[in-house]
Amino acid sequence: MRRFLINQAKGLVDHSRRQHHHKSPSFLSPQPRPLASSPPALSRFFSSTSEMSASDSTSSLPVTLDSINPKVLKCEYAVRGEIVNIAQKLQEDLKTNKDAYPFDEIIYCNIGNPQSLGQLPIKFFREVLALCDHASLLDESETHGLFSTDSIDRAWRILDHIPGRATGAYSHSQGIKGLRDVIAAGIEARDGFPADPNDIFLTDGASPAVHMMMQLLLSSEKDGILSPIPQYPLYSASIALHGGSLVPYYLDEATGWGLEISDLKKQLEEARSKGISVRALVVINPGNPTGQVLAEENQRDIVNFCKQEGLVLLADEVYQENVYVPDKKFHSFKKVARSLGYGEKDISLVSFQSVSKGYYGECGKRGGYMEVTGFTSDVREQIYKMASVNLCSNISGQILASLVMSPPKPGDDSYDSYMAERDGILSSMAKRAKTLEDALNSLEGVTCNRAEGAMYLFPRINLPQKAIEAAEAEKTAPDAFYCKRLLNATGVVVVPGSGFGQVPGTWHFRCTILPQEDKIPAIVNRLTEFHKSFMDEFRN
Amino acid sequence: MSLKALDYESLNENVKNCQYAVRGELYLRASELQKEGKKIIFTNVGNPHALGQKPLTFPRQVVSLCQAPFLLDDPNVGMIFPADAIARAKHYLSLTSGGLGAYSDSRGLPGVRKEVAEFIERRDGYPSDPELIFLTDGASKGVMQILNCVIRGQKDGILVPVPQYPLYSATISLLGGTLVPYYLEESENWGLDVNNLRQSVAQARSQGITVRAMVIINPGNPTGQCLSEANIREILRFCCDERLVLLGDEVYQQNIYQDERPFISSKKVTTMSFIVLHFIMNVAKVLMDMGAPISKEVQLISFHTVSKGYWGECGQRGGYFEMTNIPPRTVEEIYKVASIALSPNVSAQIFMGLMVSPPKPGDISYDQFVRESKGILESLRRRARMMTDGFNSCKNVVCNFTEGAMYSFPQIKLPSKAIQAAKQAGKVPDVFYCLKLLEATGISTVPGSGFGQKEGVFHLRTTILPAEEEMPEIMDSFKKFNDEFMSQYADNFGYSRM
Repeated sequence: MRRFLINQAKGLVDHSRRQHHHKSPSFLSPQPRPLASSPPALSRFFSSTSEMSASDSTSSLPVTLDSINPKVLKCEYAVRGEIVNIAQKLQEDLKTNKDAYPFDEIIYCNIGNPQSLGQLPIKFFREVLALCDHASLLDESETHGLFSTDSIDRAWRILDHIPGRATGAYSHSQGIKGLRDVIAAGIEARDGFPADPNDIFLTDGASPAVHMMMQLLLSSEKDGILSPIPQYPLYSASIALHGGSLVPYYLDEATGWGLEISDLKKQLEEARSKGISVRALVVINPGNPTGQVLAEENQRDIVNFCKQEGLVLLADEVYQENVYVPDKKFHSFKKVARSLGYGEKDISLVSFQSVSKGYYGECGKRGGYMEVTGFTSDVREQIYKMASVNLCSNISGQILASLVMSPPKPGDDSYDSYMAERDGILSSMAKRAKTLEDALNSLEGVTCNRAEGAMYLFPRINLPQKAIEAAEAEKTAPDAFYCKRLLNATGVVVVPGSGFGQVPGTWHFRCTILPQEDKIPAIVNRLTEFHKSFMDEFRN
Repeated sequence: MSLKALDYESLNENVKNCQYAVRGELYLRASELQKEGKKIIFTNVGNPHALGQKPLTFPRQVVSLCQAPFLLDDPNVGMIFPADAIARAKHYLSLTSGGLGAYSDSRGLPGVRKEVAEFIERRDGYPSDPELIFLTDGASKGVMQILNCVIRGQKDGILVPVPQYPLYSATISLLGGTLVPYYLEESENWGLDVNNLRQSVAQARSQGITVRAMVIINPGNPTGQCLSEANIREILRFCCDERLVLLGDEVYQQNIYQDERPFISSKKVTTMSFIVLHFIMNVAKVLMDMGAPISKEVQLISFHTVSKGYWGECGQRGGYFEMTNIPPRTVEEIYKVASIALSPNVSAQIFMGLMVSPPKPGDISYDQFVRESKGILESLRRRARMMTDGFNSCKNVVCNFTEGAMYSFPQIKLPSKAIQAAKQAGKVPDVFYCLKLLEATGISTVPGSGFGQKEGVFHLRTTILPAEEEMPEIMDSFKKFNDEFMSQYADNFGYSRM
């Protein structure tokens, strides 16, 4: 079977190479070859007029705002947008100008970056990484006094997976095989269905994996991706960058951000009637920014929908460990599909996972993977090729991805401390989510669904007409207006709902639940006070 | 009936057109043979640690401590880590907010970017602005980000040397742009002739292509040449005249094995050891030396990495690019694209910080650091020589000396019988040769066709990275294979070369 796949892959390479030699659509051959294009003189004329029309002083430079890729201009990423820039300036100014502000620090609730707000890393994971990074420690007897025994064992096992124990070498473009074996076993333990290490592509965080899939699927604006609204703006941004069309489907706020198959169908048909070929459905579960955890039955309907409609299911499952309510449980889409009896041939499914979320929150490591199932070998070969152009993902992120999928087990030296750290973080997150949710719900004109999972609250604010007008006067979206006011009054950074998309005429913001517990009461107070005075100022 | 979700036919054509030979057919076959138990010598990728090069001790100590900050509070930490590594770990952790586990600024930690700017200033003698330095997950990511900003569609052309490192052809293809080749002159030791450039640009324009940028790889990959200062000046003038952004791939700036064309910074000796002073002539410096209008008008983006040099820390995925003369609003757009990827990995950012500010004379770890670095560079230099000489002793093989970088790129003069045999096997001739070489000797190379070469001329690329002690044996087995191959396919009609 292996050999068959490889031979097929080889055939493909040969085939495309021959094609490349003969047609080579984008490689100018030394012999001029007529291109299907406008006459040369005309196109030079075009480019020089556009240069002349550029009015700023840098117009003589080859790369200016007027001449960069318009897809780059078009894409937006609100999580690190204007509000964050203002916050960074405020933070800088606070250092020297403390008395000018009614707050003494900036609290970043804009991004799911737990360790930047004081969450500590899981010690066992870091012990293993430290040992792998400096493997000669393993030969020193003093090391046993400083590291847990199971971290030393684990580091040995990991190094044995790496050819030459070389953590400084590029790995296989899909990631180190031995680590993929461990991850596959972890998926299997989670789902109760087999996982194949050859289906796993380790990536620098989940985001590059999403980009890779978008690049593969999107050829032009005629290709569409069904994405939830509200959505994590990685999707809108990557779809824009790759020149495709985002086909929105709305989550229903009234039913706890429920996903209605009827709405999916409606949006799909509407897009198709406009000539858009819808390629895939993005589902974020648990939801970002909306925090809902899908019911298994709902997931079954989604899987059936994708199967019937011939859509790739892109399952963003990076918050799989972040579930806070006893009545909900995370089920991977792969498990749901396999439970329905669907195998490789029935549905194309990509599941994204990251080391940045969960209880580990290791954002800075840029580790993650995607599990790609139900793809033919020729398609998978293309994914491999894309991965190989970037050589490989960073090794310490790869190691960490294997660790989060196979944490210490009962009986291991670190097990008790690991469990205590893990449960401490998750129960604290649940507590913080609840406190913030209650506080938000107590505000005038604010309603907030519970965060069943993930790391965010996404309250709806019913803004008074006067506030909306004031925002319009400033040429700002009303929710961005509110968020800027909030920042300037309290130092709390949140992201306006308009960055995620929302039902027109409704306004929201996204706030992480990540500030440490001791900071929460002050945040609640500041928020409450601010909101009250904001409403007093703009109440109809 | 259910529709097919993902037919091969419906994939993005740009993806299908993209080629990346470094990990292509030869590599797959080599991996397969390795699984069957054959000893494979992977010389297909510049991946030094995979071939036994040991990591430098000091940076690994520092990053290891940053991974496990709780060690810093342990009174026994000094038993296994030197004091300067401990101090340096504390320094880098203080530059982060949340250690290695938090996303940094999308452009990289401001403190590390400042260290990079200081390094550039020491190297070139001109100030550098940290705001115009972005850290990346390896140089490749940076190249992709920049090309993504430049390429709008098929009518946008990028001048790329041929032979080239296939990252460029692959990325241009993925982004749907057009690669405009300019040929390096093999008989002139892979020299870059500006007249060739002009021809390439004129020809591309006549086909309706807007040529927007030019790539130079210095020292060359796969060709190993170092550009002279005069040559760089010509290139900059050319970019100025033709209004091209110059992308300077200078990831091998410290891998130089000749003494005629290094650049030794004049104002260094006090602060840096000899080893960190030995650079190629960097484009940014020449650009500043030339003064206005060049220094004000030529847009330059220069790339660097922790994967090459004497570090070879490929698995870390660390790099940076520095922008010169890019207007602020464009920088903001590049920042936005970087922000969608959140941030480069933080441990590699620290590796970069350490690379640009290594231990100083007087530091506890200084002597060891210099010993290790020097050992690696001197050995690379000897291996470059052994490899070139080895190739040149083979029948029908000619090879320019590897002045820099990590590769040898010999020309293989294939007899026409061999070319016919390749055709019958459905292979490009150099692929045919390299596959035979792999099967016979276990040496995994990359055929020249993966990098581009003149019509009818064939090459292969090897790295110079196999362990020094194994080098004679490798070159012997290559020679044995080659000479047998050449007699097997010998013909009486001369070589295939025109």
